Parts: sequence; structure tokens; C-alpha cells
Amino acid sequence: MKKLLIGNAAVARGAYEAGVNVVASYPGTPSTEITEEIVKFNEIYAEWSPNEKVAAEVAIGASIAGARAMSCMKHVGLNVMADPVFTVSYTGVNGGLVFCVADDPGMHSSQNEQDSRHYAKASKIMMLEPSDSAECKEYTKLAFDLSEKFDTPVFLRLSTRVSHSQSLVELGEREDVKVKDYEKNPAKYVMMPGNAIKRHVEVEKRIEALTEFAENTELNTVEKNGSKIGVITAGVAYAYAKEALGDKADFLKLGMVYPMPKQKIIDFANNYDKVYVIEELDPVIEDHCKALGVEVIGKEVFTLLGEYTPTMIKKAVLGEAEKEVAELSEAIPVRPPVMCAGCPHRGTFYVLKKLGLVVSGDIGCYTLGATPPLQSVDTTICMGASVSAAHGMAKAQGAEFNKKLVSVIGDSTFMHSGITGLIDIVYNKGNNTVIILDNSITGMTGHQENPTTGRTIRGEATKQVDLVALCKACGIEHITVCDPFDIKEFEKVVKAETEREEPSVIIAQRPCALLKTVKYSGVCKITDKCKNCKMCMKLGCPAITLKDDKVVIDSTQCNGCGLCINVCPFGAIEKEEN
Amino acid sequence: MTKNIMIVGVGGQGTLLASRILGNTVINEGYDVKVSEVHGMSQRGGSVVTYVKYGDKVYSPIVDRGEADIILAFELLEAYRALPYLKKGGKMIVNNQQIDPMPVITGSAKYPENIAEKLGEAVDTTVVDALSAAKEAGNIKAVNVVLIGVMAKMTDIPYEKWAETIKTTVPEKFLDVNLKAFETGYNL
Repeated sequence: MKKLLIGNAAVARGAYEAGVNVVASYPGTPSTEITEEIVKFNEIYAEWSPNEKVAAEVAIGASIAGARAMSCMKHVGLNVMADPVFTVSYTGVNGGLVFCVADDPGMHSSQNEQDSRHYAKASKIMMLEPSDSAECKEYTKLAFDLSEKFDTPVFLRLSTRVSHSQSLVELGEREDVKVKDYEKNPAKYVMMPGNAIKRHVEVEKRIEALTEFAENTELNTVEKNGSKIGVITAGVAYAYAKEALGDKADFLKLGMVYPMPKQKIIDFANNYDKVYVIEELDPVIEDHCKALGVEVIGKEVFTLLGEYTPTMIKKAVLGEAEKEVAELSEAIPVRPPVMCAGCPHRGTFYVLKKLGLVVSGDIGCYTLGATPPLQSVDTTICMGASVSAAHGMAKAQGAEFNKKLVSVIGDSTFMHSGITGLIDIVYNKGNNTVIILDNSITGMTGHQENPTTGRTIRGEATKQVDLVALCKACGIEHITVCDPFDIKEFEKVVKAETEREEPSVIIAQRPCALLKTVKYSGVCKITDKCKNCKMCMKLGCPAITLKDDKVVIDSTQCNGCGLCINVCPFGAIEKEEN
Repeated sequence: MTKNIMIVGVGGQGTLLASRILGNTVINEGYDVKVSEVHGMSQRGGSVVTYVKYGDKVYSPIVDRGEADIILAFELLEAYRALPYLKKGGKMIVNNQQIDPMPVITGSAKYPENIAEKLGEAVDTTVVDALSAAKEAGNIKAVNVVLIGVMAKMTDIPYEKWAETIKTTVPEKFLDVNLKAFETGYNL
């Protein structure tokens, strides 16, 4: 049976068919749906771990204990889990172990554009890269087999367009893979120097064997069309190149991007007047070819930035001009992402902006607090950095600056890696104010449970981490729980806590407006008491806009959250029930 | 020959469901299909663009400038933005709805005037009041399925085939309203 699946669902299907037993991940666009799809298979144990490092370690433990295991993450999540990954390269596996990493060329939903292929080389772990959903499924299955055959973890690298494009996949049956017996083997699994020195020898032998494998595997295929142009490519760039060039080029498609073959590339390149390497982001294949002494054309004609398109490739390789198109006669406004109508963060940032504070920001929907009109976030680096970076800012600038400084971090991000920063503040005598934006869910990635929600990935009830008790246990003595829609009270609390010469935590508690359990009703209406002062427009609500310079509320966008009613100085906004 | 369809709109308008209905309908017709979606941050009220491509064999999941046979636009400004992607002789279907983007709300940019007319002068354009049609069908959120209905009529795929996919794609409790919305769109 054939089914239309996004790449992520196809990876999940491949893992299911390969008999995977344990999957542990942390959500991150564009990788999230892999684990969400895994949950649909009752045979598989799945979890959202607090962060990617924990997730990887859970998968590693499951593998050592004999199960087939997988961990999935976005590219920057791989940075978080890098520590165990580099060492499990040395230990190797018992049950097949796959790390599925999704890069985001074009940064649709990311803070950087790193190319995760560098990790494969750096950690000496083989890496496969599918170009569509059918390959996502096949390569995932193969990854488990290769993991066990070569005693190595395996990277599966996706990119946004592979993860989130649907194409046809032939569904198969689940393989009956028994969990292997666990055997104590400290020489393999206890990585202290005496053992690790010996394991490093095995790693180098394995890379040699895998390079040999790369020469002959069907993952690396040559397509001949009798052309004088040769193209070496991988992943979604293959799909673009194939569409752009069709039979005007011959292709060497690398399904295995680390380690890469040597002789196969030399032999392929020998047949052509010109050889192009077409790959998004960094010149990884190109550098490999050049190191082999193979002359190729790569980044001198292709960009290091963003996503590629077939048109771009046609232009660079065939010299074809872009199509003539119906052009616009005027500049049109951009439409950047915004906080949703009813978003609890809107109240928080309204107050922070009003107080003119320096805001050390973090990763989540609330990163949008940096955009107009709320525009209060000063920095966004990575998961958890809001807390620790604010500590550094305060140490650099001193006590007075610290009274104008807060960190903002979501509940899930706090669990991920904010807690260690908070401990640092307490331990190293910081006086920072940390605002935990507790919206009862992991928002930006599309509503995943986390340790503070009280539910598992399967929606089962579980112990809920008590944020107040947790902060208290870290040594924070001033913790206030406050509703960010109660603007007056929230402002009072923020003022008091930033003034305080001790560390404090404010838990801004209000659930995400998109949660099914949140039931706002009716729509807000501007009444004739309105003086057109535009105070409500400072909220940056997508439903509040101007028509002929008069404030109006778009009833198709409003969800009746009522925050605008709280900020109107003239009582001119009323709720109309529908 | 590959057919390229672009669905554009504002995050939250239901473009994803529309692309899934379209994708599933064309595979049932025996075509190779690729659908490219957008998830994550750009979905938060930003511009969203989905591509649906079908034919004997489809490689690239994206549609380039000047290559869309049909653009199905859920919002006026997004239709205008997508215009350069339309092929010569391609069709633009646009929902006559204005949603102000944040730069317009904050006053740093102006929403272009008379977009529907400008589109009509430039290309073959069908303007639809999908919001009213969805209300008529019983749920304002069914704008997406109304628009799929409008587009369906421009393809060779018969009505029943579309209805069949809607039955297998949307949750059962919303089935009636969606079928009604599709019918309304189809007959507009």
C-alpha cells in the first residue's frame, strides 16, 4: 500500500518497520513530527525527554541494553546532545542506534543555519541522507541494520524540505526484532582512558571499513544520461538538480554522506568535461572531492546561504535565464510571524516594554517579543541562555543595571536547560529576576507535553514538576506566581522583584490560547466610548487594527481573550458573546 | 507534464488541510505527488506557502517563480505577494479577505489598495468571498475547504473523487460542514 507521507512520518514508519523499541527526543522544528508519529505505534516506547542530551542518553542506554533505539532532534539539538554522541561513537552499540537530525536551511524556524554533516566527520559516525519520503523510510530501516553490522551509531540527516514534504511511500510490515540479551562488557562500555584508547583503534578501523562500504553500496548511485556534465549531489539538492537538469547531466547521488567514497568519486569525475557539486549550506562534499584532487565547481557558483531552487541550478549550470514573471508595481508589506490572538506572552511583554527593561530572551514563541510593537527582547542565543546570559550581564554591568534586567524563559525551555542557569545565579551570588513564562505546554513546536504539564507524550497522567518547589529547592527565596493578563498586578510584581537585592523568580502563569482546554468565548468590540488613543494597539494583537484611522477589532481574528479590555483607559472595549 | 499548485495564506487559515486534501485527491488519480508544507515559527500568523506538484514523476518539492499553474490564495496581500510565481496563462484564485500584517497594524507600512482589481488586470483571476460561503456552510473555519471547492472545478478530477478524499482526510465530527463547504465552493 502506498501512502502520501511527510519525510518525518516516513522516518517514523521506517523505524517502526525496523522493529525499533525505544524512541526518546526533544521537540524542535523541523524534526518534531517524527516522534509524534512514533507515538501512533503502540509497540514502541516513546518519550519527550527534558532535553536532547537526556534523550540521546536514553536511546544509548536502550541500545546498550539490547534494543533498537532512536533519538530525533533539530540541528541545534545536536549541539546539546553532542557530548554523549562523541563517546558512543567509541563504545558502539548493542541494539541498532540511530540519531535523526533535521537541519533547517533557510532558517524557517531556527536561530542559525548550521550544517550537521560536520558532526558526522567530527564524531566519526556514519551519516545517511535521504532526498524524499520513500528514501526516508528505506534509509531509516537500513540505518538500523548498518548500525548493528558495523557496531556504530548512525546519523540520519534530514532538512526542512525533506522533513516537511509529502511524497509517496510504500508501507511494509514490522520486522520482529527481539531485544538482545544484555551482557556486561566494561572494555566496550566503560569509557575511561585505558578502554577508550583501545576503542579509538576500533573507531578508525570502522571508518576504513565504512569507506570501503561507501564504494559499493547502492546508497551511492550513478545515473548516466550520456551527458558531458557530471553532478555530485545529496539530499534534497538532488531533487532540485534532477528537476533542473533532467537528462542534461549525469548524476552521482550520495545517499551516504559520511564517510564518502574515494575511488567512486574519482572514477565518476573522470568521465566529464565539468563536474558540479550541488549541496545546500557548507561545501562538505566539495571539500572531500578537492582533497581527493578531483576538480569540481561548487561554492564559486552556488551560495552558502539558504535553500536552493531548480531555477538557481539551471542558471548556474546551464546558463538559463530566469522565467519572465508578472512583476509587482509596488512594494508590499512583509508578514512576519506574530504572537497569536490570546497569547499569554502578550501581557508579559506589554509590561516589560512599559517598564523599559533589558530582556534576556530565549527560544520559543516568546522570542517574538523582539518584534514590533512589543519589541522588548534584547537577546536570543540558544535554549536556556536567557537565565545564564542575564547573570553574565549583571556581573558585567553591576547592581543598578541588574535592577533593569530580567530573563524570560518558557516552561519547557526552563526544564530543558534554564534550571542550570538558575542554580548558577544562586550559587554565584547573583541577584537576577527570572520570569518563567508558564503557558502549560511546549508552544512553538506545536503543543508537546513536558515535565511541567503533568502528562506524558501519550497524554497519560504523570507526576508534574512543581516549578515553585523546584526553584525553592535551588535556593530561590522569592517566588511569585502571577497572571500576565492581570496587567496591574503583574507590573507591580515585576517592579518589586527587579528592585530586590536578592535573586527571584516570577512565574507568569496562563495557558497557551491554542490549547483545547482554553475556552475563550465571544469577540471584543470597540464601543463609542473609544477616544482613539490607540493604547490597545500597543499590544500588537493581530486582531486590533486601524480602518480609516479608527481602531477596529477584526472579529475573524479575535478570540475574546479580553486583554485589550484590561489596557483600555476609557473602558471602551466590551466583550460581545456569540 | 507536472502540474504546480501553490496555496498561500496567513498562518492559522488552514492551508495545510487544503494541501492535504489536494495531495490525497491527486494520488488517488494515480499521479506521483509532492507536497511541501511549512511548520513551526513561520506558521504563527506569518505568510505561509504550500506547494502541491503532481505528474508522472515529480522531483523537486518546491515551485519556482513563473511556474505555478494555479495559485490558491486565502488572503489578498498573500495573493499579491505570490503573483510572480504564476506561470504565463496560469490561474489565480483569491479569497476576498484582508488580514492586516503587523507592519500595517503598527503603521510602518501600508496595505496596498485594490489588490483584487490589480490582480485581475495582470492575470486570469477568480475572486471569491470564501468567508461568507463558509459561514453559509455552517463554520467560518471552513474557508479552506470552500477554496478547495472553487479550485476543484477548474481541474479534470470529478466532484465525487474530491468528496471521497474529504471523507478520509477531515475528522468525522467536522465532515458534514466540510462537505457542505466544498459543495458551496464548487458551485460558486
